[in-house]
Amino acid sequence: MLRLRDVDVALNVEGRMRPVLTGLNLDLAEGEALGLVGESGSGKSMTVRTITRLLPHGARVSGAVEFEGRDVLAMRPAELRAFRDSDVGVVFQDPRAAINPTHRIGDFVGEALRVNRGVSKGEAARRSAELLAAVGIDDAERRLRQYPHELSGGMLQRAMIASVLAAEPRLILADEPTTALDVTIQAEVVGILDRLRRERALSMVFITHDLDLALAVCDRVAVMYAGSVVEVRSARELHDTARHPYTIGLLGSRPAIERRAERLTAIPGRPVSAFEAGPGCAFVSRCAFAQDACRASRPRLEAFQGGLVRCHRVEEIHEHSVV
Amino acid sequence: MSTLSSEPSSEPRTPPIPADNRPAIAVSGLTKDFRVADKHGRRSVFTAVSDVSFTVPAGGSLGLVGESGSGKTTTARMLVGLETPTAGRIEALGHDRSRPARSAAERRRRARELQIVFQDPYTSLDPSQTVRAAVDEVLRAHSGLEGPARAGRLAELLDQVGFDERQASARPRELSGGQRQRVAIARALAADPRVLILDEAVSALDVSIQAQILNLLVDIRTATGIAYLLISHDLAVVRHLCDSVVVLRRGRVVESGDCGAVLDTPADEYTRVLRASVPVPGWRPGSG
Amino acid sequence: MRNKKQGRIRAVYKWLGPSGTLAALFLLLMVLAAVFASVLAPADPNTGDLLNNYQGSSASHLLGTDGIGRDILSRLLYGTRTSLLGPALVVGVSMAIGIPLALLGAWYGGVVDSAVARVLDLVYALPGLLLAVLTVALFGPGLTPAVVALSIAYVPFLARIVRAAARQQRVSPYVDALAVQGFGVFRISVRHILRNIAPVVLGQAAIAFGYALLDLASLSYLGLAVQAPTADWGVMVSDTDALLKGYSTPVLLPGLLIVGSVLSLTVLGARISGERPEPHPLFGRLFGRVSGSGSERRAADAPAS
Repeated sequence: MLRLRDVDVALNVEGRMRPVLTGLNLDLAEGEALGLVGESGSGKSMTVRTITRLLPHGARVSGAVEFEGRDVLAMRPAELRAFRDSDVGVVFQDPRAAINPTHRIGDFVGEALRVNRGVSKGEAARRSAELLAAVGIDDAERRLRQYPHELSGGMLQRAMIASVLAAEPRLILADEPTTALDVTIQAEVVGILDRLRRERALSMVFITHDLDLALAVCDRVAVMYAGSVVEVRSARELHDTARHPYTIGLLGSRPAIERRAERLTAIPGRPVSAFEAGPGCAFVSRCAFAQDACRASRPRLEAFQGGLVRCHRVEEIHEHSVV
Repeated sequence: MSTLSSEPSSEPRTPPIPADNRPAIAVSGLTKDFRVADKHGRRSVFTAVSDVSFTVPAGGSLGLVGESGSGKTTTARMLVGLETPTAGRIEALGHDRSRPARSAAERRRRARELQIVFQDPYTSLDPSQTVRAAVDEVLRAHSGLEGPARAGRLAELLDQVGFDERQASARPRELSGGQRQRVAIARALAADPRVLILDEAVSALDVSIQAQILNLLVDIRTATGIAYLLISHDLAVVRHLCDSVVVLRRGRVVESGDCGAVLDTPADEYTRVLRASVPVPGWRPGSG
Repeated sequence: MRNKKQGRIRAVYKWLGPSGTLAALFLLLMVLAAVFASVLAPADPNTGDLLNNYQGSSASHLLGTDGIGRDILSRLLYGTRTSLLGPALVVGVSMAIGIPLALLGAWYGGVVDSAVARVLDLVYALPGLLLAVLTVALFGPGLTPAVVALSIAYVPFLARIVRAAARQQRVSPYVDALAVQGFGVFRISVRHILRNIAPVVLGQAAIAFGYALLDLASLSYLGLAVQAPTADWGVMVSDTDALLKGYSTPVLLPGLLIVGSVLSLTVLGARISGERPEPHPLFGRLFGRVSGSGSERRAADAPAS
């Protein structure tokens, strides 16, 4: 349904082109939920912006972004608008920043219906109330008349999801939708997102820095580092059969809630961005298995044990760890 | 001998217990009211912290857990004297600190009892001070060391948090979030406090950096026997670092006890919801 | 050695930008003129030669002479002294009063801050020139009463911006951390807060210097501050006799120096306090529009996550 092939994106930073995504490949099947996990600078948010072509002025994009066989990068303005309005919906991290504070919740949720579908005002209000009920907001009639500041962060994020659903998109891009929320609220919001996605057979790209959360919400998870994907694997398998050294490191970095470990297996150094990476593997400076070959050339994302891994030494490392 | 224990999940790590056995922190009946005005100008009282009591034993580590509005940060600010309690008593190493310090000497003594590391590494350092200057300023005020002795202690502190000579000349702007948080830790340790309050000190960091800082904190505690009061919304981090835990909700204590016991078999309904909301392998959204 | 020096010059140029560097050079020239006036001036500024009045440019009088035959170049050079001394005193005194007030208000907040804010607002409401005219009416004309009056009038101009900047620092966690370290109000306010807002303070001081220069020149023009025989730009501009007789040089040159100084100080002040002009669509960087505050720029510099 969604295909990204060898996507390179560079942003104009004070006159200099700075790469943020390099050789990014992603595939999303109909009705699938794909998790996009990475630390700061990994380019996960830029991926969403690339798919919706919401990149800052002066950005340079190459490669292919295809949605149902249509080339998003080649779309003309009218076609692009139609794509953004009705095919894809974006749930942002901070609902308070993304929702116009001077509009009532009802206007916000019903906007897509009235403007894009030409639905009458009364009908839009009725459908909006249904949508709010679907995202678990009680007393929808009253909520529609309220302003954003009267709602809590969790409620606003639900309203945002409702507004996205109003356009009946087939693809939802959720960019850290619960990062600003408390843990208990996160569980509720994620639960709603998961249920609605299944009920309506929507595809979803779920972006988060929380690997455990991605594993719980998604069918497959892609781990990003320095502007490209380093490992893709089904969520069921990734936790126990991660193969890329970075993924293994990420899993070891998080303390477990069930038990207490003496030490965490921390990855040394700090996460690098795409523009800081050398000609070789971007992870080479932090990798315990790095060799000269890793510094010389960038590995490709290749199939390994049911997933995709971008590592020169993946087979050796795996055999070594099994022995 | 005890280090040979093969029990992988042995809960208590045993740092050297200081000779002085007075509790590091003893809080009883702590309450904080804020006067607030709504948009119509009507004044009311908002109780951020209500009748909170807990004890951090000398060399121990306690987690203060809660979501936004739980009063955990207000509690931390009262402990270090940035807010004055409305009611209740705070003692650190047997000294009362419920009221503002009355003299410069008392203020300095309090600084040597309790130090704090804040959440945001981007704003908790003076932007115009180099790493070395920031740590040295505290040493000059508290250590009583002069000349080479102080320089030695400075080098030791910087080394402890993984800074080399060159990096120590950098200003915060040139450092990453993780490095800044290391500086904040070194600066807090420079006063040689008996208790370190960590106010969401690892929450703003990338996962891989968070792990490095958590390891550092474990090492420091093993080496110095300092007591920790960890304030966090992250139950896994609390479990990793703390012996006991206090769960706060809307300014009140809902449950407290041994960290493992509370997280494995929560007694309170809210603690159960909190625990069930944490995504773990096999967790399904909506099941909590 | 040379490379290091060049590097430093380049860094200053990058910091100030083309317009700021130009302004700084102009002001440096003025300061040098004031310091070395007695060496540089070809003649005594106050001795006239009535037989040689309203002369054009010549070898003995590079810029000609005025109505009573005094050398214009010498009067301009000596005039730099009084013209810069007055505003320097005004800015110095108002900073000495305003900065402690502002820091005090920012630190304690609440009632103290409200009191500081009220006093500043009250003084701000009084026009500086009016206050100066009143003072002169009470104590007689002269530089001292004018400087005292303007110093008071300029306190809010400096203190308001310092207070705003210091309040921002006050709520910053690093200040909390210092307080927990046991440091006192004085040390934190001066060594940390003031140091961090120094660019804002210096920038505003430069702008205030420009305004004070203009105000004092106006007062001198009206005969209320610096008195007539003394060489001073403001006094020189008031030479209406020359204008009536069709000689513009004795008036035009000091006027240009006043305009140049005020403009330079304003440009430099804006640069120092962290405002960066956007390149102008027609004139490029030299006459760019000033837009965006310092904090916005810093935010834009931060690496995107």
